[in-house]
Amino acid sequence: MAVETDFSQDGKKLTIKITGRFDFGKHQEFRDAYERQNDQPDSVVVDLKDATYLDSSALGMLLLLRDHAGGDEADVSVIHASSDVRKILAISNFDKLFDIS
Amino acid sequence: MAAEQALTVLVAEDGAADRLLLAQIVRRQGHQVFTAENGEQAVALFVERRPQLVLLDALMPVMDGFEAARQIKALAGEALVPIIFLTSLNEEDALVRCLEAGGDDFMAKPYRAVILAAKIRAMDRLRRLQATVLAQRDEITRHHHYLLNEQRVAKAVFDKVAHAGCLAAPNIRYLQSPYALFNGDLLLAAFTPSGDMQVLLGDFTGHGLPAAVGAMPLAEVFYGMTAKGYGLAQTLREMNAKLKRILPVDMFCCALMLNLSVQRGSVEVWNGGMPDGYRLSAGGEVLSALVSRHLPLGVLAPERFDDSTEVLPLAAGERLLLLSDGVLDTADDQERLFGVERLHEVLAGNRDSVRLFDEVMQALERFGGRPRDDISLCDIRMFTADERVPAPMIYAERGRPSPLDWSLGFELRGDSLRRFNPVPYLVQLLQEIHPLRSRTGSLHSVLSELFSNALEHGVLGLDSRLKRDVEGFADYYRERARRLGALADGFVRIDLKVEPHAQGGRLMIEVRDSGAGFDVQQVLSRPAQEQCLSGRGVNLVRRLGSDAQWCEGGRCARVEFVW
Repeated sequence: MAVETDFSQDGKKLTIKITGRFDFGKHQEFRDAYERQNDQPDSVVVDLKDATYLDSSALGMLLLLRDHAGGDEADVSVIHASSDVRKILAISNFDKLFDIS
Repeated sequence: MAAEQALTVLVAEDGAADRLLLAQIVRRQGHQVFTAENGEQAVALFVERRPQLVLLDALMPVMDGFEAARQIKALAGEALVPIIFLTSLNEEDALVRCLEAGGDDFMAKPYRAVILAAKIRAMDRLRRLQATVLAQRDEITRHHHYLLNEQRVAKAVFDKVAHAGCLAAPNIRYLQSPYALFNGDLLLAAFTPSGDMQVLLGDFTGHGLPAAVGAMPLAEVFYGMTAKGYGLAQTLREMNAKLKRILPVDMFCCALMLNLSVQRGSVEVWNGGMPDGYRLSAGGEVLSALVSRHLPLGVLAPERFDDSTEVLPLAAGERLLLLSDGVLDTADDQERLFGVERLHEVLAGNRDSVRLFDEVMQALERFGGRPRDDISLCDIRMFTADERVPAPMIYAERGRPSPLDWSLGFELRGDSLRRFNPVPYLVQLLQEIHPLRSRTGSLHSVLSELFSNALEHGVLGLDSRLKRDVEGFADYYRERARRLGALADGFVRIDLKVEPHAQGGRLMIEVRDSGAGFDVQQVLSRPAQEQCLSGRGVNLVRRLGSDAQWCEGGRCARVEFVW
């Protein structure tokens, strides 16, 4: 599956892992990944280790996730971003909204 | 599968006994049958009755089955009319000929009812599949036409809004695909009343109608506020707040906005999410990149929006190159992207910035060949004061002129000085004086100049001589932002006095500040060139007003307009 989810043992951290292109094609799967959870996690981690590409609609999806997780109060981090993906995130200055590493 | 359906079937067979037998078998299966004795009759019957399926003997007198099959297929056009050849021929090449003449299947004599029924059913499935595909294709074509028409109308409406500005000015060259709007790309340009040029290159997330929808309000805010003389910070704030309010969470607009001021010899830049733009010397040297330092428009709530800009020197003949990510993401046939490095090579190779636009286009063509429909490329040459286009008239007609005998005092303090630009309001108010309307641009220039002098040199105590070279320029604006941020007290006071005078009237503008003042004699005796560059703008103010003087030790500027 191109979008996988995993809860930490204490149930407080939700990890969403993207494989392949992160673009509009993953829109529904990505939304399901955080909307169809019974428990509300304290923090969400988006793991882009196996994501090959990210476009502007993916940026929009990250904004949706952030909004869902509490907007300005949300604790959303993006990890394992490749240098190309980091460049795209940097141009849009998304590091001002997300903890990117 | 759908219930079995009665078909109209044409049977062409020269042997009378076989023909009767076949017709009977097919009729018993519930179909309607027409019969023909040879190929010619079969074709004629086909034209007349348009049967849905044809059983065709290969060897017949007058016209054989092969020729009849070719003619029937040609007459049927796109619709599938299955032809089953009836044949006693067993040689391979004869069977091949049946199929090549347009036959879809064949059946060997003697006929067996069960096999024939099965073949008719199979052919009927194919026939209906083809009909469904054709119907869907026509439906898609029809929708596509609707869509194109809707886009054409929407674009026509949008063009009326978008082209309200000065994209056609001689110092702007741009490329945008005709339907760039539906890729979310947006290019706007307009003059402020005092002759600054404001330009915005934007890129909405997404494609199609959703991407185009946000463009309309953005363009309206841009043109409305530019025409009233608002600067970048306020216009951007308004655009961000508006987009944040109307767009869904996952939609936003990357934007690069510029203000080119001939008077100040500078360009002010705000970039939120667009690729780097470039500031170039006339000789093609890259002076600096216009880097994205902000989140795109429509992401942050108004109270968190950052409107801080950069101010860079820009002399007449120097240029700016702006581009959308469509340029960088142009792909070749192996899906490799054009990318920033290749763009940098083009920039490095350029020796004459006039030619840069063409060189970028040629490089894209050499690289990919596959034209994208979302490329926006814009080249802007810093213009000279003589090239300024007359500012548009922005007043609303309200019948009777207002009284011409009034005065107004306006004092800005503390936080208001940081955030509020009173000039557009005051210019709007002065529109009420009809004889002054033709001088709106001058009024705006004078008020802007006096207000920023009072704020920057008076309240903030900045020395305009800092701006004499490029580094100084950057230092000056950095220091301006720092001191403005730290500002605790101080004021700028603007007094307007309008009175009837002889046959006409007189407007007196006084701008006072809480600063230390300056040595009026000394500044006024500086060479004109220096005065202009260092921003006192004394010459400009003197030229535009009927009378201009400085008093109270440089803490008060007084300008008169007489009509």
